[in-house]
Amino acid sequence: MHGRVKIKSTAQQEEEKRKEKEKKLKAFVSARDAVLKKRSAGEHDEEALQLTRQLLSSNPDFATLWNYRREVLLHLETLREKDEVQKLYESELHFIEACLKVNPKSYGCWHHRTWVNTRLPQPDWTRELGLCDRCLSLDERNFHCWDYRRVVVKASGVSVEQELQFTDRLIGSNFSNYSSWHYRSTLLPQLHPQPFHSHRVCEEQLLKEYELSHNAFFTDPNDQSAWFYYRWLLGRGVCVCVCLELLCICEDTSAHPMLCVCVCVYVCVCVCVCNLDDLHVCVCICGRSELSVEKSSVLQAELQSCNQLLELEPQNKWCLLTIILLMRALDPLGHEKETLAHFQTLKEVDPMRSTYYSDLCSKFLIENTILKMEYAEVRVFSLSNKNLTTLCHLDQLLFVTHINLSSNQLLRLPPHFAMLQCLEVLEADDNAIENLEGLYHLPKLEEVSLRNNQICKLSDLESLASCTKLTRLDLRGNPVHRTAHIESELSQLLPRVTALSL
Amino acid sequence: MARISQIEGNFQFRERSQWWSVTMLSVCVHFPGLTESVIAAACSRVGQSVLHLDRRNYYAGNWASFTFNGLLSWIEQYKQEVPITELEQVWRSLIDEGEDAVPLSALDSSISNLEVFCYARLHEVSEPKEDQHTSDISEPSQSQEEKESQLSSSPADPTVEVQKKITYQKLVKEGRRFNIDLVSKLMYSRGALVDLLIKSNVSRYAEFKNIGRILTYRNGKVEQVPCSRADVFASKQLTVVEKRMLMKFLTFCLDFEQHPEEYQDYTEKPFREFLKNKKLTENLQHFILHSIAMVTQHTLTEEGLKATQHFLRCLGRYGNTPFLFPLYGLGEIPQCFCRMCAVFGGIYCLRHSVECLVVDKVSNKVKAVIDTRGQRISCSHFVVEDSYIRDEQRQSTAYRQISRAVLITDRSVLPSESDQQISMVTIPPLESSAPAVRMVELCSSSMTCMPGTYLVHLTCSSSGKAQEDLAPVISQLFHVSTIPGEEPSEVLWVMYFNMRDTSALDSSSYSLPSNVHVCTGPDDSLCSDYSIKLAESVFHHILPDEEFCPPAPNPEDIIYDGDGPQAKGPGFDESTNTECLESSQE
Repeated sequence: MHGRVKIKSTAQQEEEKRKEKEKKLKAFVSARDAVLKKRSAGEHDEEALQLTRQLLSSNPDFATLWNYRREVLLHLETLREKDEVQKLYESELHFIEACLKVNPKSYGCWHHRTWVNTRLPQPDWTRELGLCDRCLSLDERNFHCWDYRRVVVKASGVSVEQELQFTDRLIGSNFSNYSSWHYRSTLLPQLHPQPFHSHRVCEEQLLKEYELSHNAFFTDPNDQSAWFYYRWLLGRGVCVCVCLELLCICEDTSAHPMLCVCVCVYVCVCVCVCNLDDLHVCVCICGRSELSVEKSSVLQAELQSCNQLLELEPQNKWCLLTIILLMRALDPLGHEKETLAHFQTLKEVDPMRSTYYSDLCSKFLIENTILKMEYAEVRVFSLSNKNLTTLCHLDQLLFVTHINLSSNQLLRLPPHFAMLQCLEVLEADDNAIENLEGLYHLPKLEEVSLRNNQICKLSDLESLASCTKLTRLDLRGNPVHRTAHIESELSQLLPRVTALSL
Repeated sequence: MARISQIEGNFQFRERSQWWSVTMLSVCVHFPGLTESVIAAACSRVGQSVLHLDRRNYYAGNWASFTFNGLLSWIEQYKQEVPITELEQVWRSLIDEGEDAVPLSALDSSISNLEVFCYARLHEVSEPKEDQHTSDISEPSQSQEEKESQLSSSPADPTVEVQKKITYQKLVKEGRRFNIDLVSKLMYSRGALVDLLIKSNVSRYAEFKNIGRILTYRNGKVEQVPCSRADVFASKQLTVVEKRMLMKFLTFCLDFEQHPEEYQDYTEKPFREFLKNKKLTENLQHFILHSIAMVTQHTLTEEGLKATQHFLRCLGRYGNTPFLFPLYGLGEIPQCFCRMCAVFGGIYCLRHSVECLVVDKVSNKVKAVIDTRGQRISCSHFVVEDSYIRDEQRQSTAYRQISRAVLITDRSVLPSESDQQISMVTIPPLESSAPAVRMVELCSSSMTCMPGTYLVHLTCSSSGKAQEDLAPVISQLFHVSTIPGEEPSEVLWVMYFNMRDTSALDSSSYSLPSNVHVCTGPDDSLCSDYSIKLAESVFHHILPDEEFCPPAPNPEDIIYDGDGPQAKGPGFDESTNTECLESSQE
């Protein structure tokens, strides 16, 4: 048709592009070879800078070239006046900026920039901060830039206050930026420390921060950044352990390392595994509550806010989970029923993590039972028919003599079950236990009931042989009874068991 | 840019004036507004020869953008406009047998009720005492109110205030820094116009700025509308529960079609009632109805949901609000398309218009036009703006009016940290009978006004004269000095006018030959989608088998086969060689 502008066809265009590319590659390869040759010849001149410049501006991730450039710069530095050195490095900074435009996440570029700033006689930190701001406004998750920024802030002594305002700005433009929230959490304790606890934030500021997180999670309750920050605000459990009493309950010192128990303040119990001659090396496992004991009035108010959100968003998992944690911090026993209901909802709305929730729920139930037990001052621990999936805090049950774990969903008695050195009677009927590793060297264990579990092989029962006082064993309803000659094999394995039910 | 393309156009015209007077054109476009410019560009792009005629001495018709001085002379022209004596004798002789003549209107009556008021002092005043005497002189038009207001203005703190105030003299001196649009619209970042600009590569001829914030007038004050996620998070006027309700509602609107159960009971009821039923607080109802959906009290639910959805889909593409604005004013957009048209061989001719159409009696089609200089130009299609159509050719005259006000102010309606933001302000009806007003405040970095000033556009569908519609709103939002002893007005200059809105008309509204395509003028909506869609449909009517505005090729991909000295630009050579264009093929 007449009157039309004729344009090149796609094939033509592609052919041209291909040729262009080929030409470029050829030029790149020859320049690269020239540079590497120069380097091995130990030449440190302007030409080397020029050549590496060309190569790096098209491929800033060529680390060898940056190294070579540093060698050249260090050499040139010795030959020049201070003014000239300043100029030399300033032009280097400009060059790096151009490279960053090619790849804003180039390790080489950022590293080189940090290095240049250490060599620069008079570094211009304001300009560097400006550069970081620009980079972060383009990509707020560029962790190279975050790292570099931290270096700049440290070197130039930007006040914590200014930095906090910086996080305000970033969070304001996009609150799904976890980097900014996290940065905030490192700044706050510096700026508003709590009296006597310098790692915590003072209450006045905390209230402001609570409000900020409310704004974030009410706006978008599915965004986890704010929830994580919120949980940090509410505080993680912090335990101070003081050893009061050293109690040796292990009789057989030759069989395994000495097991000692320290009873600590705040009913926290720590287990220290150590050698006799090396008592001061302790490993502490402690901390029961997820949230530290803030003023309960504050926590109560926070619980109210979260409940308000839950009314609007009954399916929100972050909200449910936070409520559970708040309830636990406030009154674990009083809120037990609600907590269980929330766990049920959680499992429904977030089935991908249902096992995690079950484990967490088990943990809380065990904690509650321990609490009740402590109030009652008994040495019987009973937690049957509670859908337990895991056992934890066994370290806090060291003096227990009777345990009832029947009708749960336990799959195993884990190795640390062996800590229950005072245990005499274990009831664990109607679970799905197939592994008895934890029933090992329990010196006082006399009676074990494992009816209707999943014990299949005789070898699974081998650990029981180390429990020397075991006389009564109930294995009814386990697949193991189908094994040939089971009775004789068992009496051989466990000669002291007198009452065996299969 | 305006100047360049004008020269380009005139140059081509002069070069080939002899040529086009004897050849046949495929498309003749008359009085190019946005729609006509897009049609012209689209036709020219696919190889049609296009002649663009305009009686005016500027581009883009009612879509034009003026410097302050340009606007003042436009006002002068408007005041003086008289019907030009028709040269009937001349063109009568050019009509052959078997042909009919359809004369076009020579008078443009699309603008009416123009009023201008100046509140700025004429000169810098050194002696505060003389202030009252010198300040009452204003140009270009003086009305009763204006004189009163000027006489009465006496600053509270003259020595300080007077120095700071921008004078009328200064406005005129810096006049070329202004780009004042007759039509005020924004571009939805996923609207038809933006899509077309991207698709056709015309976007390369312009630059854009994001609208920084969306404001609304509520309970006697201007406040920011939280519309994006970041806005909602940062908003201080919403409670956290409101934040959740708003976000929840907006999230629902994003894919409301997936949840018909939520709104099916309300399809026949107004959107307003639906919002109420959703238990949204009054705050939120206001924001959604007036500022996000931007619909009226009577709009039905589904339409309201669609409008909300469109708004939300446009968010985040180019920033935190859904809108873009072209630097140097909206008038740039028609010019960009004119440029594209010219690049592909379109011919431009200003101060030159068509006197009448020559219609073939047998086929009832336009075969030529006769211009004001008595030349007969053959063409196979004629595209014309509605205002050129005489009443005799109209079947219906049911058009509406748009009320417009243009203000120059010296401070923002809601000052904030940054004084370089474009703000869009939605003002719900002040009384139930009044129309909702849309206001756009442009800052100087949008290249539409001088530094230190803001250019404010108000638009609404008319219920009366522009001044009657808009003056109450202006007095609510701005400080206009009328009472003695008060500090000087923040409004420096105001212009009111009404523009005809013919968007309700369609081809059935005219009794014209089928190859005459009438384009209606700008409508009163916020975006230009209506005009773009109209352009596309006219284009497909003219050239049913051609693609509408395919991407323009990059300059390096163009093959120049004509090596003559005239080969200056793409499309130039081809079109000069074209003798008879085969557009009659349709």
